Amino acid sequence: MALTKEELTLLADKAYQARRDVVDITGWSGGAHIGGGLSVVDMLIILYYKYMKVDPKNPGWEDRDRLILSKGHAGVAYAPVLARKGYFDFELLKGFNKFKSPFGMHLDGNKVRGVDASTGSLGHGLPIAVGMALGARLQKKSWMTYCILGDGECNEGSVWEAAMAAAHFKLTNLVTFVDRNKLMIDGATEEIMNLEPFADKWKAFGFIVREIDGHDFNALADAIEYAHAEKSGPVLILANTAKGKGVEFMENQVKWHYGGLDSELLESARNSLNKAYGRV
Amino acid sequence: MAEGLSWTVYDADTLTQAEIYGQVLCDLGKMRPDIVGLSADLAKSTKIGKFQDHFPDRFFNVGIAEQNLFGVAAGLAKSGLLPFVSTMAAFTAMRAAEQVRTDICYQNLNVKIIATHGGASFGQAGTTHHCTEDIAIMRSFANMTVIVPADGIETANAVKQCVNWPGPVYIRIGRGFEPRYYDSEEYGFQIGKAVELASGTDITLICCGITVFHAMEAAKILKENDGLSVRVLNMHTIKPLDTEAVLKAVTETRRVIVFEEHNLIGGLGSAVAEVIADNGKGCAFKRVGIPDCYCEVGYPEDLYTHYKLDADGVLETVREVMNMDFEEDEDWEDEV
Repeated sequence: MALTKEELTLLADKAYQARRDVVDITGWSGGAHIGGGLSVVDMLIILYYKYMKVDPKNPGWEDRDRLILSKGHAGVAYAPVLARKGYFDFELLKGFNKFKSPFGMHLDGNKVRGVDASTGSLGHGLPIAVGMALGARLQKKSWMTYCILGDGECNEGSVWEAAMAAAHFKLTNLVTFVDRNKLMIDGATEEIMNLEPFADKWKAFGFIVREIDGHDFNALADAIEYAHAEKSGPVLILANTAKGKGVEFMENQVKWHYGGLDSELLESARNSLNKAYGRV
Repeated sequence: MAEGLSWTVYDADTLTQAEIYGQVLCDLGKMRPDIVGLSADLAKSTKIGKFQDHFPDRFFNVGIAEQNLFGVAAGLAKSGLLPFVSTMAAFTAMRAAEQVRTDICYQNLNVKIIATHGGASFGQAGTTHHCTEDIAIMRSFANMTVIVPADGIETANAVKQCVNWPGPVYIRIGRGFEPRYYDSEEYGFQIGKAVELASGTDITLICCGITVFHAMEAAKILKENDGLSVRVLNMHTIKPLDTEAVLKAVTETRRVIVFEEHNLIGGLGSAVAEVIADNGKGCAFKRVGIPDCYCEVGYPEDLYTHYKLDADGVLETVREVMNMDFEEDEDWEDEV
């Protein structure tokens, strides 16, 4: 079902705020995975503001939906999304990266409210998500497990071990995203280690694949609702994105996988976001 | 003993160490509906398959994919279940070390790992299937408890108690054909507490796993033939280590030998040495294990003989240490 105008406006506002937060945190923390943080924002926003059943006041609520951010380096985006959603005070993020802060670049689920699994080492998230989905089914719980992978992460063999298992166990209570921004640390994904034909690989492993524009909320909504309705096997949402999305000088630039921002770059990044979202 | 559990493992004479584990897990499964079993195409070899026979819906075989195995276990634990995971020690401690460390220990999850084929217990299979590094690896993971039971009876005790022991637990057993030492489960097994199997004042033998049986055989001979008063400690829990028992042994017997089916680096011997050094103690001390090499191929009993882990080996080492020339000091208190 297409999103209403009001929903689209809300999601765009939240995405703008999240991207501003990613840029600001990168500025004050000294450095973060800003490129992949900006590429994944729209997936996080639509999940938290449209689809996920969660209660920020009760993060351990047993029947909540789960999210495993397998590309844990996008903690710089995940943390502010959780803060703005009401899990904790946004001001705490001033400590990002700092001594004894609960907020390292890769979020610790035992320290940060709302984080369902501690991730950061690539290739770990999908196996955990498979376990959660199996756990829900075994206990006859209706909550969903969402898992977001990076595309470069799919070089890891453990991703495919878990993919095999998700299909084998017919986990239709699991929705998996790949943030397909086509860049990794050392270069383009296809230059470092070819992933294509990527969708076909997932299909061959038993997934039903929806390939979409990962920055288009209507397309994301359609794909998620398709996944909810699909009962023959697990669905993979192959979300084509741009690394550094929203900040013009970072978009699709391999060097912006990780970086810091001095005051000049920070100003420039904010201006670029304002322009992209039509704000003055 | 775990609260409310009081049965006996009647068939200990006919069941192997691993089979006892499978049986105990089945019994626990009847009482605890939250227990789930997992393996990676080794349900039969590890005997967790017995649990699968009884509770097919609560068992997951993920195929030959150990990284996924431990990740899935983490996810199940996060969903409020109590996973018991079994595969060979080598594929647990090495192939999936990072999943065990990052997904399970870092998140301090309630996952119980029963790793089989530890040490040289599958000696004939060769180095790929030996595991003489796991104690070192596992005890370096914060939050992890490490247990090496002496035999099947002790495995039963460890498996029962770990259900109510918080956080991740690594229980290392053999292939299942090891000799049985205990006659009954009633000897006061407690995770983290050494069992003093023989009291003595001349020397202390600290053991875990199969070396318990062999050290006890040797202790009898040493008493009868050599007139030695030998203390034997079954140090089934490597972490948290019973430091009190170690220091007491140092003070009271002044000679300590550690026997284990593990590389000399990082295992029980290292753990004991750390305690002695940290407390400013000194004593005649020796570690016996696999001397920082890849274990030879062969049947386990031949390997235990080769590495001086059988009764003859224990006798030889004890006599050597008893003849060691070290400075006797009447007042050990001043050395701290």
